[in-house]
Amino acid sequence: MAQDHDLPGRGRGNNAVLDRGGPPRRPKKPGPATTAGGHPTRRYRLSRWDLKASPYLYILPFFAVFAVIGLYPMLYIGYLSFFSWPRFGAEHGSSVGWENYVHVLQDPVFRKALVNTVGIFLLSSVPQVLVATVVAALLDTHLRGKSWWRMSVLLPFVVAPAATALIFGSLFADKSGFVNDVLGGIGLPDVSWHGHRLASWTAIATMVNWRWTGYNALILLAAMRAVPGDLYEAAAIDGASRVRQFLHVTVPSIRTTLMFVIITSTIGGLQIFTEPRLFDTNLQHQGGADYQYQTLAMYVFNTANSAVDPYPRAAAAAWLLFVLIIIFALVNFLLIRALQRRSA
Amino acid sequence: MIRRPGALVYALLAAFVLGSAFPLYWSFIIGSVTRERATQNPPPLVPGGHFLENASRVFDRIDFWSALANSVIISGFSALSVVMFATLAGYSFAKLRFRGSNALMVFVVMTMAIPPQLALIPLLKEFSNLGLTGTQFAVALPWLVTAFGVFFMRQYLVDAIPDELIDAARVDGCSMIRTFWTVAVPAARPAMAILGLFTFMQVWTDFMWPLLVLQGSDVQTLQTALDQLKIAPGQTLSDMALLQAGTMLATVPLLLLFIATGRHLVAGIMQGAVKG
Repeated sequence: MAQDHDLPGRGRGNNAVLDRGGPPRRPKKPGPATTAGGHPTRRYRLSRWDLKASPYLYILPFFAVFAVIGLYPMLYIGYLSFFSWPRFGAEHGSSVGWENYVHVLQDPVFRKALVNTVGIFLLSSVPQVLVATVVAALLDTHLRGKSWWRMSVLLPFVVAPAATALIFGSLFADKSGFVNDVLGGIGLPDVSWHGHRLASWTAIATMVNWRWTGYNALILLAAMRAVPGDLYEAAAIDGASRVRQFLHVTVPSIRTTLMFVIITSTIGGLQIFTEPRLFDTNLQHQGGADYQYQTLAMYVFNTANSAVDPYPRAAAAAWLLFVLIIIFALVNFLLIRALQRRSA
Repeated sequence: MIRRPGALVYALLAAFVLGSAFPLYWSFIIGSVTRERATQNPPPLVPGGHFLENASRVFDRIDFWSALANSVIISGFSALSVVMFATLAGYSFAKLRFRGSNALMVFVVMTMAIPPQLALIPLLKEFSNLGLTGTQFAVALPWLVTAFGVFFMRQYLVDAIPDELIDAARVDGCSMIRTFWTVAVPAARPAMAILGLFTFMQVWTDFMWPLLVLQGSDVQTLQTALDQLKIAPGQTLSDMALLQAGTMLATVPLLLLFIATGRHLVAGIMQGAVKG
């Protein structure tokens, strides 16, 4: 394995230039660092402080920003989700226990959004990982003009999700859209891409697949290029075909990266918002007339703008979404590990 | 001896690339025909001559140029900020030794799993209390430094700077920050460029956060302007020619950036992958 996912242990000792405590390993200058009386000089003390505090100062901006835009909001809306808050109130009202969660969980729109989100996620992540792996394998050959090919598969990545949604909204238009025209050309009936639930999921999943497959293919390609060539040679000597080599050498060798790709696309996929919102052809942004493609992220957003207790209910819904993402990421992780154990 | 792949490999890849490019081509076709032609059957398959006309209708509906300027300002500012702070933090995690460094790095990576939706409501409330909603700064604030950036720079710098160089600078009496500036920054330059480019694109394409903080304000980014184009007064959703012309106009700047820097972007994605 060329990949090193074991962050914490990496390069310990060798990389550590400066010791944790004690004076610098080597004196800064040949001259004495202390005055005749044995007291540290001001300069030396300053340098010691510099040595000890700098590592923390350098990472401080990240943690400061995270505290403001990540940690505080998370805790605050966790707290808020247990209160009432009338729409135009300046502060939250009385404590209501789990009532907001109960309300959200019993809301038929939430349940629908939950099913939609999982459905769109499955339709986008499974084909995406499969196709990305195949494209990566195609790129992992001695192609002529390989940097041109690599750039070409990344092209959709530069199109913003908002633009993507508008483009595919037109391709998948119910009347006079390109896709329906092609279907008509081969004698199939028009599909109501915005009206039918599964069809709308397919259209939205297509946008996600379009934008991310090439990107993930490049990540997988990088992992494939790190597979030692003698593994293939050994397999070839054993008489393994190209396809067998791919299944039994390539795929097992890149599984850590595959896991990375699957988990990041899970985290991203369950948060989907822009594509379904802009796919909508009515202006209420409810994800279709019958909420057929409203997602959980849209639900959070819409609830925050709703009439009764908007913030606490949106807060409860946001936490439920977070829990869902954690569960899915964990399930992915455990599933892949179990598969690895079995194949090992 | 190098074995070149057969025609099948090229054919499959070409099919994938054509499929990837087609939606952009389609958008340009629809954006360049008349409003009536855009909704007629069969759909047009070659560009028409009405793109400029449609574009001028876009400029009538939304303040395109100011949205473009805002996108450039916000994405540029965020890219600079992420590069600066992520390089500092990545250097610290990669090369300096301090108590809790491993645990803190794991924490940074874990924060990437937190959905941004969680932060929407409190941030919006705080920002409106501070009078920040509807400003460019409010859009850029969550992008001052990213976990991905810190992680990316750490992975790069672990191998990119020989420890002897840092030692030597320290022995010469350089302060920590001077050591960073004279040793780490020159070594980090390629990764800084890639991270800057990547962040610029991320911020440029972001939609949900600007949509929320810019609601009802005159300040818009290109992405939220597209949303407005869709719901502009008097607009019927069937005016596909207008929408696609707007989409093309909003996509071209990033497309040009991609043509100029795509190779570096590819290298960056692949580099981050092998190590990440």
